Amino acid sequence: MKSLRDLDYSVLQQCMHCGLCLPSCPTYEETKRERHSPRGRIALMRAIADGELELTKTFGEEMYYCLGCLACTSACPAGVNYAELLETARSEVEQSGVLATPTRSFIRTAMLRVVFTRPRLLRAIGRLLWLWQTSGLQTLARRAGLMNLLPSNLRRLEPQAPKILEKFSHQLIQPIESPVAPRAALDVGRSMLDVERCPAPPPSTVRLRRVVVLTGCVQDLAFADINRATVDVLLANGCEVHTPPVQPCCGSLHAHNGDNVTARDLARRQLDLINPADFDAIISNAGGCGSHLRAYGHLLHDDPAYAQKAAAWSAKLRDIHEYLVEIGFRPPTATAPTTTVTYHESCHLCHGQKVSAQPRAILRALPGVKLRECAESQWCCGSAGIYNITQPETAARLQERKVGHVLATGAHIVATANPGCHLQLANGLAQHAGNSGAPAIEVTHPVVLLARAYAAEKLG
Amino acid sequence: MADLIDQLTQRLGTHRVLTAREDILPYGFDGTATLKQLPACVIFPRDAADVSFALILAREHGAPVVTRGSGTGLSGGSVPLPGCIVLCLAQMDRILEVDTANLTLRAEAGAITQKIYEAADAAGLFYPPDPGSMKISTIGGNVAENSGGLRGLKYGVTRDYVMGLEVVLADGSICWLGSKCVKDVAGYNLRDLFIGSEGTLGVVTQVLLKLLPRPAARQTLLAAFLSMESAAETVSAIIAARIIPCTLEFIDQTTLRCVEDFAKVGLPREAAAILLIETDGHPAAVAEEAAHIEKLCRDHGASSVRRAANATEATQLATARRSAFSALARLRPTTILEDVTVPRSELAGMIRAIDAIAQKHALAIATFGHFGDGNLHPTILTDERDHAEMHRVELAIADIVTATLERGGTITGEHGVGLAKKAFLRRQLGDASFELLRLVKRALDPDGRLNPGKIFD
Repeated sequence: MKSLRDLDYSVLQQCMHCGLCLPSCPTYEETKRERHSPRGRIALMRAIADGELELTKTFGEEMYYCLGCLACTSACPAGVNYAELLETARSEVEQSGVLATPTRSFIRTAMLRVVFTRPRLLRAIGRLLWLWQTSGLQTLARRAGLMNLLPSNLRRLEPQAPKILEKFSHQLIQPIESPVAPRAALDVGRSMLDVERCPAPPPSTVRLRRVVVLTGCVQDLAFADINRATVDVLLANGCEVHTPPVQPCCGSLHAHNGDNVTARDLARRQLDLINPADFDAIISNAGGCGSHLRAYGHLLHDDPAYAQKAAAWSAKLRDIHEYLVEIGFRPPTATAPTTTVTYHESCHLCHGQKVSAQPRAILRALPGVKLRECAESQWCCGSAGIYNITQPETAARLQERKVGHVLATGAHIVATANPGCHLQLANGLAQHAGNSGAPAIEVTHPVVLLARAYAAEKLG
Repeated sequence: MADLIDQLTQRLGTHRVLTAREDILPYGFDGTATLKQLPACVIFPRDAADVSFALILAREHGAPVVTRGSGTGLSGGSVPLPGCIVLCLAQMDRILEVDTANLTLRAEAGAITQKIYEAADAAGLFYPPDPGSMKISTIGGNVAENSGGLRGLKYGVTRDYVMGLEVVLADGSICWLGSKCVKDVAGYNLRDLFIGSEGTLGVVTQVLLKLLPRPAARQTLLAAFLSMESAAETVSAIIAARIIPCTLEFIDQTTLRCVEDFAKVGLPREAAAILLIETDGHPAAVAEEAAHIEKLCRDHGASSVRRAANATEATQLATARRSAFSALARLRPTTILEDVTVPRSELAGMIRAIDAIAQKHALAIATFGHFGDGNLHPTILTDERDHAEMHRVELAIADIVTATLERGGTITGEHGVGLAKKAFLRRQLGDASFELLRLVKRALDPDGRLNPGKIFD
């Protein structure tokens, strides 16, 4: 069981309170209060470890006021492992029950322990949500004013819910797809053109790279097209792509929300399903998941049955952009009209995984794409996992700030590589478009643009 | 105390008066290692009138007052006292005026130094003092500690750019000292009295700063050396050649490896020491100076000299240097920074002395600093929980101070006396000068209300 007192004290001591983290912290920027800064939070954690502070409700709330964006870890010259500290503190807050209320406990158990640990159940719920959204029921209910019956926080969240896609990942991607033998058409209503779009491997490929793609939870339901695009770009670069049709959640949501026990359990299930020894790389395309998936080695380091496998897993885990750059991806050749694209960095991709140059390298390689940087591309958009649900006011201010920077670039498309950011930006930009009457800027993932560019080669 | 807090809350509102343990614990320290003390409350004034109100209340209730900005100080200057009110000026952070006709800038004390630099830069002007922590330090804190930085050699320290101050005195009166006049000799120079007063004489609430035209060109060089001596000799050679670069920074091998681990800017890890040199001014002069400096480096045994290709690379190198102190925490949990300064002719000898002291007390001491102005930061890498080692640390600090004073140096070049250096102040100043300090303090703060126990007891 994780607790601040059992933690290696030197991790806490590593913070020498120089204050260089303060300007990188979105919550400190909001209030200018030390408690809302990384240095301040670490001081509180240390006070608990030292027995100078009881684990109070205020402490618990503070740990969840933090976005967990990890911008402080990029700013910290001393190399403090804030991610581990925050996870440990949140885990201890959960064990202590200082924040427990019947509603919170029910929602947490239902979501973290029941829904997100059962991929089939999650998909069933996704299917129902899709029916609700597409059958006209949602529109009817909205018109009839039924939404007003919902509790206020649900009423606020309802329009922000992700738009569920008709097909989930397993309906778009075969368990094994190989660039050599074009995959057979899946009976999912895709045209022959789509099937042919799967390009042949580059002639220089000596040996087939064998990779496995992780499909995620929210990504699987709302952005299965991104998963499809991920497979497409890997195929186009000579990889044999394995995509197990039913995958457990990676546990990132659990670890980031103090449920370390379930997080460990989910990591073990992942390792049972996918043996890292079988693959050249394990590919993640979501910033938040990838950041956690990389840490399996550490998460299970004290589990004798899994430690070795988990370490091997961590060594092979790659973000999709990182991997494409590592293997020297083939730049698409089709010509295309000029489009201005800006890039918003998922916190857990740039700060958690230190992957920042690679997505830009991919965007720059796209024919016709002009990459225009937005201000504060590394500043959190306020999505931060479920932060926009738990701290709506701060999340909304950060969203507004981000949308302003994106609009200022005049870009047609904003690319980002995490489902939370994707939704937060799409909601913010749609709201702006609704208010101003201007067309909404498209939000998408860099690999979707890359897949489109490869597809355009076949077409034209 | 409850009554005092009630009255403060009544005026400022609950969100500007913090008393909960979770709120005040993070104000128990600043950037200095091993010092920690809880205040009674932390308040966030909006202006000088609020500060005045708080000081009058504090006098009525007999409460000590400690002023604070971002808490990045390295001499314990803003560490609280038991039962004190912490006046945190972090929310008074506006830049009030950039006067391009008079080349001045007026800001509230809580304004971040970097923002001041940027506001000046946007107007084509230049605010030269650049404390290593300028990304987060406040201008009020810079004035209170008379902070130096990476450009001290050519441009001096904060004091050299302060034209005026708004100060709240211990009795609550608010006064302006100085003006926009380049020449102003009316009365005693009281403004300078408050610069470097470390919060013991009054509370600085506004600052009027002098700006310079932005230099037309800049060139940054990075020279690597295989021995500390050759780096030190190169510095002497540059100064002897009558070249005054704006920056002449020194980093030893231990520090440079930590910095590189953080910043990843391609510093030569095998070098025993590196010099970061920057020259600025007219493009032709800069080109000539840079060439001359490069030759001097090579003549004195530099193993490599690299010129920053562009402004971005120059900024990266300077930023890496700024992280030196914090990056050293990668090696040991407690990093105790010294701030001694010696006349520049004594640098090589001082470096050797620090080395000998480290060996004598079996301690790891990494050294970096501003070679060009003689300001060294020997930083002791230790663990505050190791009591035996901490005792040796104290002995080593005393030895470093002795070695400094023997060379005609000073115990602090830019971080102030605070709590950390006060044991050595009388030795440096001599009895008469030391008593003069006390006399000034007694005149301005007869009750000893403001930051008591800092600089001297």
